[in-house]
Amino acid sequence: MISEHDSIPEQLTTTASNGRLTRRAFLERSIALGIGSGAALTLLNACGSSPTTDLTYWNLFTGGDGVRMVQMQKDFTKSHPNINFEADTLTWGDPYYTKLAMASAGGRPPDVGISHLSRVPAFAASNMLDPFDLNELAKYDISEDKFLPSLWQKAQYNGKLYAIPLDTHPFVMYYNIDVCQKAGLLGPDGKLKPLDGTAAVMDALKKAQAVTGNLGLALDTRDVQPWRLFYTLYNQLGGQILSSDGRTLVIDEGKAEQALSFMRDLTITNKVASSTMDYGGAVATFGSGKAGFHWNGDWELPTFQGQNLHFDMLPIPNFFGQTYYAQADSHSFVLPHQATVDPTRRAASLEFISFMLKDSLVWAGGGHVPAYLPVATGNDYKNMSPQSHYASVASNVVFDPVAWFSGSGSELENQAGQAFQTVLVGQFTPQQAIAQFSAALQKLLKIPPPL
Amino acid sequence: MSDLSIQEQAPRAAAQTRQQSRTSRWRTDLTGLGFVLPFLILYALFLIWPVILGLRMSFFNWSLGKGELEFLGLANYQELFSDPAFSSSLVNTLYFTVLSTPVLIILAFLLAWLVNRAIPAQWLFRAIFFAPFVLSVSVVVLIWSWLYEPGFGLINGTLTAIGLKEVNWLTDTHVAMLAVVLLTAWWTVGFNFVLYLAGMQQIPSELYEAASIDGAGTMAQTRWITIPQLGRISTLILILQVIASLQVFGQIYLLTSGGPNFSTRPMIQYIYQSGFTSFRVGFASAISFVFFILILIISIGQFLLVSRQRRDA
Repeated sequence: MISEHDSIPEQLTTTASNGRLTRRAFLERSIALGIGSGAALTLLNACGSSPTTDLTYWNLFTGGDGVRMVQMQKDFTKSHPNINFEADTLTWGDPYYTKLAMASAGGRPPDVGISHLSRVPAFAASNMLDPFDLNELAKYDISEDKFLPSLWQKAQYNGKLYAIPLDTHPFVMYYNIDVCQKAGLLGPDGKLKPLDGTAAVMDALKKAQAVTGNLGLALDTRDVQPWRLFYTLYNQLGGQILSSDGRTLVIDEGKAEQALSFMRDLTITNKVASSTMDYGGAVATFGSGKAGFHWNGDWELPTFQGQNLHFDMLPIPNFFGQTYYAQADSHSFVLPHQATVDPTRRAASLEFISFMLKDSLVWAGGGHVPAYLPVATGNDYKNMSPQSHYASVASNVVFDPVAWFSGSGSELENQAGQAFQTVLVGQFTPQQAIAQFSAALQKLLKIPPPL
Repeated sequence: MSDLSIQEQAPRAAAQTRQQSRTSRWRTDLTGLGFVLPFLILYALFLIWPVILGLRMSFFNWSLGKGELEFLGLANYQELFSDPAFSSSLVNTLYFTVLSTPVLIILAFLLAWLVNRAIPAQWLFRAIFFAPFVLSVSVVVLIWSWLYEPGFGLINGTLTAIGLKEVNWLTDTHVAMLAVVLLTAWWTVGFNFVLYLAGMQQIPSELYEAASIDGAGTMAQTRWITIPQLGRISTLILILQVIASLQVFGQIYLLTSGGPNFSTRPMIQYIYQSGFTSFRVGFASAISFVFFILILIISIGQFLLVSRQRRDA
């Protein structure tokens, strides 16, 4: 009897291969077996394990930095065996934010999620996020003095804290050391001589182009990159897009034209950058040494390190000699709104966030600038090269304008990218592109907000 | 006498059999319904009911995150009929359909005709022409976006090698849709090709023999035998192709994201962007209903046109 039960799988396979088992009998036995073993497993699970807290976490790190996040998650599970931790990575952009929104609206979202700081105001305004309790946070070494004031401010909405910043990821400049050396652009310390002003930048790009024989600058002219470059230039000129309440369009057309004209000079007038390059092409061109410079977010650092490229990184230049800004966003931890809050899970969430912040040196390996000051000002980070070369940007970053249709991966970025790409390919003049972008924003401002 | 009784019996007997067949047919119908019911329930629950809910949504400012907001009446529909983005998306979709449908039908027919000749290794050509169809859209777009890459893509490299100028496949608003159609043709011609090939192989060879005896050459045989015999399959392929082309989304979204400057954005992508990127599912529902009516009109029109041709023939 016992041996019969033990060898049911073998019985199934032998009788099935003998052809003596009918389909019905096979189905019956395999279902019985399945249910039986399933029941056995649940019984096993119930007894013999200590009380564990469950913790679920969603993030959108499908890029190279995702590897670092997985490493940090492993560090967490190793040091917290009493927490049953489950992490899910969803695709960056719409697929992530739509799921987060719908899960929060349904009342049963993950305990902790990632959100770009530029998206937090819209989500907080719609009650899709729970505010943090500052007293509870203090128990986990998270307080206002541990972050840059601008970041801490940005994470607030209506006087409450809705996000804990993990990093800042600014728009930076990569340069190929060998190409720049041949072009005579390096100083005596082996670092790039400072490029102040559009003329100096253009001159450097031309010199680099002469060395590579191909391009001076590898720039993605499709998707969102034109927006990031434009926004950096435009803010360096002191321009604003939306009023502080997010209701009125306040574009300064003169400054916007100036910014777009410089972009046009890059691809059309001086042809130091290709007007038709896409993101993958730009990364490949710079990575293979066919361009001297590359303007992108800081997250491609691991890609170029993996290609053993001799490169360095610096903040994007100050083009106009005015107040310095660089476009950036910040990944932050948020608490999606729960229908009923389980105190043990909430405590585990705070423990998780605190651990991640303290472990963010690993995260910095992916290129991002840690937001947690004890890590960012520590010697370990200061010795990281090239990360420490552009870390100073963090206090001069500017986020996307605040509106329900704005933020990373939003409709504003779509419209901006498409409109400004027309300038880079020479299809429209700067004036036409601004007119198109302004019209799109006016239309979005008139729509009754769904958030 | 006996005639009369038979005459009386016959209607009574007929009435009796009618009675019997009615009950047994009623039982048969019930059994049939029982088999269909599980699927019918799932279909009604997950297709019909959401469609009705979607229609209701289109009259509200319905948010992806917050659900039902204020009642808007017909405001969503008014907005979309005066929305330049809606009309440009519609034009793009129709442009894609008009470009891709003839290519996918004629090319498929030509390939099937060539393969159907008595050539060796027919199975090899069948596999080659059908193979792209089994690839998923992301793989196809990955391949073609590198082929179209400006500067070091294979296509531009070939063009410059033979002395022609580079073409900005994905960044020139006049060329981008052609690039999409080329990709789509490579990817999906295999399906129509297989249908045509199967149809051709079903044509009885006696017809061809009779024609060749009467002195018809290959071209005449194709014109007067092959094409008419494939009439029904052609109708099917045409209707399926038009409906599928009107609903194009995946390859355009991945290849050009609807660009450059929204010149390739199809209707489905506009619905997706309104509903999921901008969280406005009420507005997106309105657009999808208008588009649904449009596809219905086109399909019914096609069907009536073809069935009239059939009847006339």
